[in-house]
Amino acid sequence: MSLVKNICDTASGLYSLLVGLAITGKNFASPQLTIHYPRQEVTNLDTYRGHIELVPLEDNPILSCCVGCGMCAKSCPSGCITVESKELPKPPAIEPLASAEPGAKPAKAKRTVGSFILNYSLCSLCGQCVRSCPSDGLRFSTNVYFAARTRAEMTIDLVERFNRQAAGKKGA
Amino acid sequence: MNQTATNDVDVLAGDYYTRHFAAGPNDDTLILNMGPQHPSTHGVLRIVLEMDGEYILRAEPVLGYIHRMQEKMGENRAYLQYFPNMGRVDYLHALAWNWAYAGAVERLAGIEVPPRAEYLRVISCEMNRICSHLLWWGAYILDLGAFTPILYAFVDREEIMDLLQIITGSRLTYCYFTFGGVTADATPAFIDGTRAFIKSMRSRLPMFKGLVTDNLILRKRCEEIGVIDLDMARRYGATGPVLRGSGVACDTRRHEPYSCYNEFDFAIPTASTCDAMGRYLVRMDEISESLKILEQALDMLPDGPFVNPKAPRKVKPAAGETYFSVESARGKVGVYVQSDGSTTPYRVKLRAPCFSNLSLFAELSAGTLLADAVSILGSLDLVIPEIDR
Repeated sequence: MSLVKNICDTASGLYSLLVGLAITGKNFASPQLTIHYPRQEVTNLDTYRGHIELVPLEDNPILSCCVGCGMCAKSCPSGCITVESKELPKPPAIEPLASAEPGAKPAKAKRTVGSFILNYSLCSLCGQCVRSCPSDGLRFSTNVYFAARTRAEMTIDLVERFNRQAAGKKGA
Repeated sequence: MNQTATNDVDVLAGDYYTRHFAAGPNDDTLILNMGPQHPSTHGVLRIVLEMDGEYILRAEPVLGYIHRMQEKMGENRAYLQYFPNMGRVDYLHALAWNWAYAGAVERLAGIEVPPRAEYLRVISCEMNRICSHLLWWGAYILDLGAFTPILYAFVDREEIMDLLQIITGSRLTYCYFTFGGVTADATPAFIDGTRAFIKSMRSRLPMFKGLVTDNLILRKRCEEIGVIDLDMARRYGATGPVLRGSGVACDTRRHEPYSCYNEFDFAIPTASTCDAMGRYLVRMDEISESLKILEQALDMLPDGPFVNPKAPRKVKPAAGETYFSVESARGKVGVYVQSDGSTTPYRVKLRAPCFSNLSLFAELSAGTLLADAVSILGSLDLVIPEIDR
């Protein structure tokens, strides 16, 4: 009895190995699924989070929506954002002395971001800054292949992109 | 002074654990360190073993190599700022921890979650569970010496990660939940992709069975290895597939239904064999049960906001305490939050299922072969960052 059972078990065991081999063979002949990164790139990066970047104004793409309020820096769990605001340079003034009169213009000067430094080496891409921004001035970039050799390179000046654009516009 | 102190330490005698362990009963036994860099411990778990030949006489897990003070970190940041930590406690089922923390604070602060958000939570959490089980499946077989199955598992796991990437923006350490809902709505691409995934995953499961589950070599490595009887599972507080593999149909989703889990029709797979194979089969069945939940949740997905618009931006619950538990891929995940009325929690306690599941190991592995201990360890599905926290 036990001999018969042993033979049956061995036969079914060997059969299970053959089934596995058949599956392996079938998959061996199926097309390749992996993507060889430097030569090919994945296409589904629309919502994948790269480091954050400032959103440009719709009507003036060389300026950002950011007003430099610092809510993002406060909400960041790892404290990797340093933001400073500055007063927006006034549009070419028609009455140059109007603002100099004390009390003549109680309206606050428009503010914009002065400097926005992101220490990307500390960032965990949680998105608290993006969600806390009152002016929707932050978003995740699609720069997902970002790599750096030193820690200093991981400190990114987010305003620089706008300065570069502005300089390019002036140059052109 | 310091130099003399260093010289006094006998380096060859080993550290505290080794010396403590060295006082064995027998001169013929050998003290062996398994880990902290052993590939089958999936991280930095160290197990000190007292061996008699190939047999284990005593085993003692040494924890703490990846202790990151996750609980203490909860006390020095705002409620919302603790979310990124939750993705890193158990990196394989990050959304269960997201959910446990979000649920605890929502209960404490009385924040309501809209129905669409509940369903999105179920969908994303179940996908994450399948993803976790697939990785466990591949890694367990890898521990047992077969390399290729992990590549088969990664084909499907990659699909899940691509889908979850659409809504969460990340691929592993998700930070998707927020108080009162989730951070992003499901897109049509995500919903269609998930439906297609359910179909493809169902067609892949019989292939997994043929390739691995029925395989003679796997069965010899799993059957009647690491038998955890009911009494032992209860004594150590084992939960999840480890407890269900011992024949108890215990699942937080069924017994303390949170969110909308009571609306779904799903079975709780159990195994009566109590061995490593039982736990293996429970997890494989859980994948198909999760697919069932996913299908129902997608069909029933209501319209509406994905996050409660009235949820406060700055959470400041009244003084009090609460506990919220969810079922992760490894068992019962619990988060205890105590508030003193300020904007930061007074205390956060995390209940990790792997800690209890690992505690079984010392008793379970005594008297087994070293190779079987590797199989037992794999069948517990340990995630070390969760144990150390």
